[in-house]
Amino acid sequence: MNKALLSVEDVVVDLPTPRGNLRAVDRVNLALGPGQTLGVVGESGCGKTMLSRAILQLLPKKAKLSGRVMFDGQDLASLDPEALRKLRGRSLAVVFQDPMTSLNPVLTIGTQLMETLQEHLELDVSAARKRSVELLAAVGIPAPEQRLMQYPHQLSGGMRQRVAIAIALSCEPKLLIADEPTTALDVTIQAQILDLLAREQRRRHMAMILITHDLGVVAGRTDEVAVMYAGRVVERAPTPALFKKMRMPYTEALLAAIPKLDAAPHTVLPAISGRPPDPTRPIKGCSFSPRCRYAVARCHGEKPELTEAETPAHQFACFHPIETPVAVPS
Amino acid sequence: MATLELTLEEEIQAQPAKRGRRLGLLFWAAIGWIVLVFAFAIFADVLPLPSPTDMDMLDRRAAFSAAHWLGTDGLGRDELSRLIYGARISLVVGLCAPIIGLVFGGALGMLAGYFRGRFEAILAGSMDVLLAFPPLVLVLAVIAFVGQSIFNLTLILGVLSIPASMRVARAATLTLSRREFVIAAQALGASHARILLRELLPNVMLPLFAFFLLGVAVIIVVEGALSFLGLGVPPPISSWGSMIGEGRESLDIAPRLAFLPAAAMFLTVLSFNLVGDTLRALTDPRQGAL
Repeated sequence: MNKALLSVEDVVVDLPTPRGNLRAVDRVNLALGPGQTLGVVGESGCGKTMLSRAILQLLPKKAKLSGRVMFDGQDLASLDPEALRKLRGRSLAVVFQDPMTSLNPVLTIGTQLMETLQEHLELDVSAARKRSVELLAAVGIPAPEQRLMQYPHQLSGGMRQRVAIAIALSCEPKLLIADEPTTALDVTIQAQILDLLAREQRRRHMAMILITHDLGVVAGRTDEVAVMYAGRVVERAPTPALFKKMRMPYTEALLAAIPKLDAAPHTVLPAISGRPPDPTRPIKGCSFSPRCRYAVARCHGEKPELTEAETPAHQFACFHPIETPVAVPS
Repeated sequence: MATLELTLEEEIQAQPAKRGRRLGLLFWAAIGWIVLVFAFAIFADVLPLPSPTDMDMLDRRAAFSAAHWLGTDGLGRDELSRLIYGARISLVVGLCAPIIGLVFGGALGMLAGYFRGRFEAILAGSMDVLLAFPPLVLVLAVIAFVGQSIFNLTLILGVLSIPASMRVARAATLTLSRREFVIAAQALGASHARILLRELLPNVMLPLFAFFLLGVAVIIVVEGALSFLGLGVPPPISSWGSMIGEGRESLDIAPRLAFLPAAAMFLTVLSFNLVGDTLRALTDPRQGAL
């Protein structure tokens, strides 16, 4: 990998809660080159969204961040608010999970699009308008001129997410963070939105972080995958290597939990038993050990560090990595 | 894909027709009355009305006639023109005072709801103190101290309506500023000022405006009560409240002198309440989800 566009170094996010300190993100290291795609996978509450907020420096006020987030040669945590404001939207953009709430309900699509363009690119009204129409057309919205005058509630979920993507893309960002962009959408729309993101990414040579809980989503669309569990990255590998030989039992369990189209009717889905650990009460050993079917005494007493596998650029945190990939029941 | 677009087109066309019908006849009747009162109040000087202050001692408490459509009051002044000129006072005080509350209360409430922290705590505390004070007693004390005038009356009633507006604005801002579109705006590099003015204000404006209309109704009643007590606008200017007060003396001979201004006030307050309630129902988030 050449010089990284984004590098996340030892990032820790602590959230004070009434029940005690909640470590949402625990010593995460990531790097992403220009034009590359990184998939961040994990179940709900594993710290994916907090990690993306940490990169954007949009954490809740009470949260404490340590570690460094280097973007384009700058440490985002040390930037003053004004410089950060200029960077967001212009070079760093984000698409949120729920397009119902990420658009302002009382402003028209056009106002919301044009505002960003006028603010960051200093376009005049007619130029911003022209560009907005182009953007809406680029994200596959029919009759873009009419859409400019409409309010978010007049569009369907898929259309709204397209608008949100158009807003995110409006200033040609270098990095786009897509935080579960398809979770709130219909399955048929999901593929369209993901294809759209991939197409626009290639066209603009933009880096992307695709956050999802679905390993199936990252499979064909990312260069590298980081699997997160309880705030930590537990396995990280180039996508082909990961799917060829996954080492971490959690990754395997996640993959096994994807429903198969060709499975016989009434097949019991191999769900991961138990629940994620309470993040306010740190576990002494491996955080996945209570749910892991390979766990032995050592796993409960000692925390495995992220270590290199024999295949290049593949890291995992497990004492007993899966040696032969268990054939996922198909 | 193609089928999707088709259904969308239909949805768009079906939209506008639905909205007008939901408001109902009562709403439009209320709007009609408000427009009528406003028109009379604004054009009072141009209308062919007898002076509201000219006394005709030979024609006191006259019945309805061609010269005096609604008769005359205890001092022989034309009742209709006194009602219309009284509407001016009620509307000026009734609109200006809530506007003071809307502007200052709204701005403070939005700042408190958006920035939170110590500023919010101090503000909410001081507003609670103001709310805990019996408002009518406070108005009576202040008016007795600074003197009777429309300006003083509007000002004090305006200050008194700040806390309620502030609470409405703060509550709306609190819930809105946690919504994703605010984080989305921040992620797009919007400044605090822009988020407050462009993202939050249009959203907060709707419930605040509905509350404002209810505030107008309340202030009209309060102004009436103060004038009835003789602490409202100084005579000989007429106001609905003072007319009811004067009419009280001749309730047994000419009850209409008290009932006509009371009816005018009742209808106006009812209209503002109806419009405010309808607008509030329209902007209710539970229905607004569509």
